[in-house]
This record gives sequence, C-alpha cells and structure tokens, in this order.
Amino acid sequence: MTLDPSLKRTPLYDLHVELGGKMVPFAGYEMPVQFPLGIMKEHLHTREAAGLFDVSHMGQALLKPGTDEDAAVLLETLVPGNIAGLKPGQMRYTVLLNAEGGIMDDLMVTRLAVDPKTLYLVVNAACKEEDFAHIASSLKGKATLERLDDRALLALQGPKAAEVLSRHVPGLEEVGFMNAIRAEIDGADCHMGRSGYTGEDGFEISVAEEDAVRIVRLLLSHDEVESIGLGARDSLRLEAGLCLYGHDIDQSKSPVEGNIAWAVPKVRRERADFPGAGRILRELSEGVAKKLVGILPNGRQPAREGTDIVDGDGAVIGTVTSGGFGPTFGGPVAMGYVPREFSENGTEIGLSVRGKILPAKVAPMPFVEKRFYRKPQ
Amino acid sequence: MSTTRYSEDHEWISVDGDVGTVGITDYAQKALGDVVFVELPDVGAVFIKGDEAAVVESVKAASEIYAPVNGEVTEVNVTLNDDPSLVNQSADDAGWFFKIRMDDAGQLDELMTEDQYEEFVKDLD
Repeated sequence: MTLDPSLKRTPLYDLHVELGGKMVPFAGYEMPVQFPLGIMKEHLHTREAAGLFDVSHMGQALLKPGTDEDAAVLLETLVPGNIAGLKPGQMRYTVLLNAEGGIMDDLMVTRLAVDPKTLYLVVNAACKEEDFAHIASSLKGKATLERLDDRALLALQGPKAAEVLSRHVPGLEEVGFMNAIRAEIDGADCHMGRSGYTGEDGFEISVAEEDAVRIVRLLLSHDEVESIGLGARDSLRLEAGLCLYGHDIDQSKSPVEGNIAWAVPKVRRERADFPGAGRILRELSEGVAKKLVGILPNGRQPAREGTDIVDGDGAVIGTVTSGGFGPTFGGPVAMGYVPREFSENGTEIGLSVRGKILPAKVAPMPFVEKRFYRKPQ
Repeated sequence: MSTTRYSEDHEWISVDGDVGTVGITDYAQKALGDVVFVELPDVGAVFIKGDEAAVVESVKAASEIYAPVNGEVTEVNVTLNDDPSLVNQSADDAGWFFKIRMDDAGQLDELMTEDQYEEFVKDLD
C-alpha cells in the first residue's frame, strides 16, 4: 500500500517497516500505529517493562538568546509557566497562549545544563510550523529559534526504562523526574530528558538522525524493550490523564477550561503578564462554564471522541474529546467537557452511543497510578 | 451438513437448514485488532441484507457488522459479553455473533464461497 507521497518520513521509517509496523498518516508523517504485538500488548508491555516510541515527527528547537538576554525570560511573554525559575537542566510542561488566552499548543521546555540561557523546546508535530513561526516572530531581535529538524526523538518509557538505559549511560539515578542531561549512548551525542507521555518513568532521547537507527537497534536488543506504535501511545496517555492537543485542548480552550490551571503558577498569576491573562485570571477567580473532566463509562463499552454527553433528561451537555479502552485500567476510559455543575467527581452523566444512553460517572484522573521516578535525597 | 459463505464486508454465515450463524473472518479480526466489546443485536430483531446488525469495538475503533442476508435473529452469543476476546481467539467458531432465520436461502448465492473469499482477500493485500 502506498500512502500520500507528500507525507514525510522519520529517520526510522525503514526500520519500522522492517519490524512489521503498520504505517498510517499522522500529522503529515507516515508513522507506525502498531507493530505485530498489537496495541493491547504494546500498551501492557510498556507498563510492565519498557516501550520504545519514535516521536521524531515532533518539533524540536533551541531558543537562543541575544547578548545579555535569557531565553527563559523571553519565552515567558508567550506562555504562563514559570520558565525563568527553571534551574539548569530542569524541564517543565507549559502552553503557548494566543492573545485571548486560548491554547495554541502544549510543549516541553528545558533550560539546558550546558548553556543555561538557552532553552530546548519540544512541540507537537501538527503545530510545529505555526509554533516556530510564532515564537521566532514574537521574539525577533531578542532571540533566535534554531530548528533541530536533523534530530530524531525517541521515547523509552516504562518501569524498566532506566535500568535498560543505565547499561549505556552511567549516573541516571542522579537524574530526577523532569530533569535532563547530555550524554553519549554508544558514542552518539544525546540530549535525554526524564519525562514522557505515558504516566511511567522514562526518557525522551534526542539524537542526530544519522545515529537514530543504530541507537534504536541497540535499545531494542534488550529483552525488556519492544517497539510501540501510536495506538498504544494514545491509550497510555489517556489512562495517565494527559491531554492530547487538538482533541482535549485547542485554540478555543484556556488552561483553566482544559483543567491544567496548575500550568499557571502563582508567580505568574501575580504578575499577570502572559497572553490572555485577563480572561485566565477571571476564570481562576470566578470559575468556568465548561471544564475538561475524566469520565468512566459503566460496563465495558467504550465511548469515542465526539460522543455526546447528556444529563439525566437526555439533553446534550457536552462532548467526549478522547475515549477508548484502557488496557491496564481494564475498562473504558474517556475525557470530555461538561458544564461546571456536572464537573464534580462522582457526578452521574450519560453518554449517547449509537442512539443508546450509556451511564457514566465523572472521575478523577489519572485512571492508573503515575509511577514517576523520585531521586533519592 | 452445513454450508459457509462469505461477504465482502468480511462476515461469514454458516447455514444449517434455514438458520445461519454469523461471525467475522480471521482476516477481519486481525485487521480490527484486540476486541474489547461487542454490541449484539436483540433476539427477534429483523434485518434486511446490509443492515447494521452488530458493532465490534477494538482498542482502535468501532466497526459495524452488517447482516449478510434478510432474516430474524434467533439467538446471540452472550459469552461475548464476558469475553469479547473470543472474537480474536476463535473468529470462525466460538467467536460467532448471532443466528439468523433466513427469509430467502437464495441470497446465499450472492455471497462468496471459501475459495472465492480467499481470492478476494489476496487481492486486498
């Protein structure tokens, strides 16, 4: 089968095909949705041992400051996170905001240990052109954005990820969750951040494209590691209660509506100096009309994205934005927007699936326990 | 002695007298991936060939199952409610969906034989 020739390929495309990956179009790339193991087993394997994901389609860049500038201080004009407060080597989740306080994208920001006035950014594949253009033009004359299109990005995730990686990189026990280091794997220069998108311990590894296949083969040579596709990446992040941009959050939603108000810390609320601060601060004090919540359908039937959420009278009150079956949870899980008065945990709601009302409850997230690494004190 | 016929939607119907047992093929279960839920029809439901008769939910997506012939549902495989993975483990036997009393056995001639279905699937890959 030949897909659209305009689709791009990551440096790992040939290896995915060799390993039996089922390639599908995703955010302008041909990406593996699953490998022969299948989504269910890939998901469970990641939670039990370690899964290796190709996320090279995501956008990587360095934000380099001009003379006497700090990229972290500059980026704060575009995001509500405490970026200036990052210590060298520390990383943080934040969001790019439009002038109305809507979310343009979510991203990971690292203050480099080797060059602390420079930031390393990772943004979503589908948004990277717009994001990078927006950042570069907004900070023109003060900082330059250097795209890292020649680097692959790998995610090694799961309870065995650190043990496996430690066979190639010494000293990982000193790298806490949401911290990054620069180190060599088998002679290849890598940037490694201890984070991920599964709710598990793990690392995201940025490596030059010419070294990517070799490093992936090396990691896959360990019995604990399996190749994992986008299908399991989605079910893993959903169980972990993590938003998917373009689905659970988008340009029309603020961080308060998207239930990520924790990404707007006190120091930034007090300064009120980020885009859309008026709306976001008002929402923080007065509440929002609609809010993203976790949803547990009763029984085994999944409710997919786009499913109407209904009240006791059958009136439509909201929409499911992500939904499927949680292999580790052992049942269907979802998230969606409901009016504030329906957003308390335990509130009974209905899901309209193919003309039938499926009973469900608003539930806390994550749906499975997060198991992030804590550095020994 | 039963006869099995296949649809282009990858359903099989195994006929004994005027009652056909309906399921999906091994090719279909592999394409769907791990099945987590099957929405079965009600016993007594009446279908015209091509009607949506059941829904299979895999970890990936929901897929409709169509009635391969006209008729009335006489029985459904309730064991799928407790163990939907039977569709993956035994698509052409224990993972059957429902039994249908056929209005017109002549409709079977519009479906494929096993050999024809194998050829049909070969052309899809």
